[in-house]
Amino acid sequence: MQSKPGTRPRKPGMWAIRGPMSRRQYWVFAVLGLLAPLALWWLVSSSASVDKVFMPGPVDVYHRLITWYTEDDLMSDIWISVYRVTTGFLISALIALPLGLMIGTFRPVQAVLEPLTDFVRYMPAVAFIPLVMLWVGIEESSKIAIIFIGTFFQMVLMMAEDVRRVPLAQIEAAQTMGATRGESVKLVIFQSAKPALLDTLRVTMGWAWTYLVVAELVAANSGLGYSILKAQRFLQTDKIFVGILLIGLIGLVMDQLFRLAHRKAFPWLHLRS
Amino acid sequence: MTTKISIQHVGKVFGEGRHRVEALKDVSLDIADNEFVTFVGASGCGKSTLLRIIGGLEYHTSGEVLANGRPVAGPGADRAMVFQHYSLYPWLTVMENIKFSRRLKHGRENLTSAEVEAASGRADALLSLMGLNAAVDAYPNQLSGGMQQRVAIARALMGRPEILLMDEPFGALDAQTREVMHDLILHVHRLEKPTLAFVTHDVEEAIYLADRVVLMAPRPGRIDTIYQVPLPAEREQDMKHTPEFLRLKKEILARIRETSGMKTDQGMLDQLNMQEAV
Repeated sequence: MQSKPGTRPRKPGMWAIRGPMSRRQYWVFAVLGLLAPLALWWLVSSSASVDKVFMPGPVDVYHRLITWYTEDDLMSDIWISVYRVTTGFLISALIALPLGLMIGTFRPVQAVLEPLTDFVRYMPAVAFIPLVMLWVGIEESSKIAIIFIGTFFQMVLMMAEDVRRVPLAQIEAAQTMGATRGESVKLVIFQSAKPALLDTLRVTMGWAWTYLVVAELVAANSGLGYSILKAQRFLQTDKIFVGILLIGLIGLVMDQLFRLAHRKAFPWLHLRS
Repeated sequence: MTTKISIQHVGKVFGEGRHRVEALKDVSLDIADNEFVTFVGASGCGKSTLLRIIGGLEYHTSGEVLANGRPVAGPGADRAMVFQHYSLYPWLTVMENIKFSRRLKHGRENLTSAEVEAASGRADALLSLMGLNAAVDAYPNQLSGGMQQRVAIARALMGRPEILLMDEPFGALDAQTREVMHDLILHVHRLEKPTLAFVTHDVEEAIYLADRVVLMAPRPGRIDTIYQVPLPAEREQDMKHTPEFLRLKKEILARIRETSGMKTDQGMLDQLNMQEAV
């Protein structure tokens, strides 16, 4: 395209392909992105043609949140759910980490475990419920077991992949400096994979939360997932909304905590040079 | 002159059956103590494979390789290697990278406190030698490609390896930075006196740095010609324009083209022109 002589080149706007955007503009758009669905929700729910049972409005949901908090002990529901998710997640992480490290480092371990893990991870976690009840019982451990089953196999495979992505040159450089096999694993492979491993933990933490409702199908009498299921029975749509939104919110907070930990633990990745 | 690296009838076969590829065939070469040898050749000639065999990162399927008089059975601290890229540890600062070998059992064993002190003195000396003083606390991803390679070289030198192996270490750098690195590595070679085996695809670089240039040919990978570089031991950038230098460069380039097994550039251009005419 040719422009008239004398026209000065213009700074590309934010709509240019991968164009620039100031921080302020970014936040304006971000807030807009969050408010728009809220406004739409409010609009749809307040129109006369929509029954409250199908679509409670933001105000109804807020009131339900308050009564749940004051009358139905919301905090203990939140607490027990957080406990189940984090325990299942932590057990999963503690076993997946060394296994992933081994699978990604040693081919025989990969050959033994990876196809097996790949197979198991396609089995639906929900279908394990009867077996879990049979083997683990219906105590707290069974809910934790479901969350474990839902996250563990994915986690192992993702961690193995993180470990495999460590550049070979980093490992070989250590070997030509006299590193033993153990030292190469401990001082290079694990150190190098750490940021990716933490990211994998962050992502799988999100998945652990999605298994909460499934886990609380098993003889639970408290928890956010259980409350959602119970509310369904009584057609308390507003309570379902509160439960879903709370799970989303807790997940978001945990995600942000993981991101913060990432910035604190791996400062070299977040430098502006 | 004592022989530092002795390569005797070395062969390397990758894969089996239909996938069998003969990467190296009957390669023999002696490299003297403190000699600077560069390897050039068309792609697939096995020059990197040969370097990695000396480093113990790849195993040979026939023949024998002796380094420091001992058969090579795996990687070791006496044969440090500098790679083209991705070998620095991004979670460590420049100084921590250089001192990495101190974290290894190998680097800590049986040391007196005087030796430990000498080691940190050495790290400081290498930092100065490589012109990295200002970057001592920086992380690798804050450095330019040239600075990163300086760190990689300093780190490799830290354990006083008798043999330094370099696999296209300046291949990713721009031309100006590369010239600076050439004089730096020559300086290192004079000062630290390692035996240096250096793989490159840049013929000018190969001649400028080396005592001898080894030209390898592909399919199967083998040594084709060895050129003694007819330049004084002390190299200067201006020597790149001398007739001897240019003649050797032309000769080597022509030989690489001949051995590459592909059509010459001119032949390819002619072919393209013909197609256009049709």
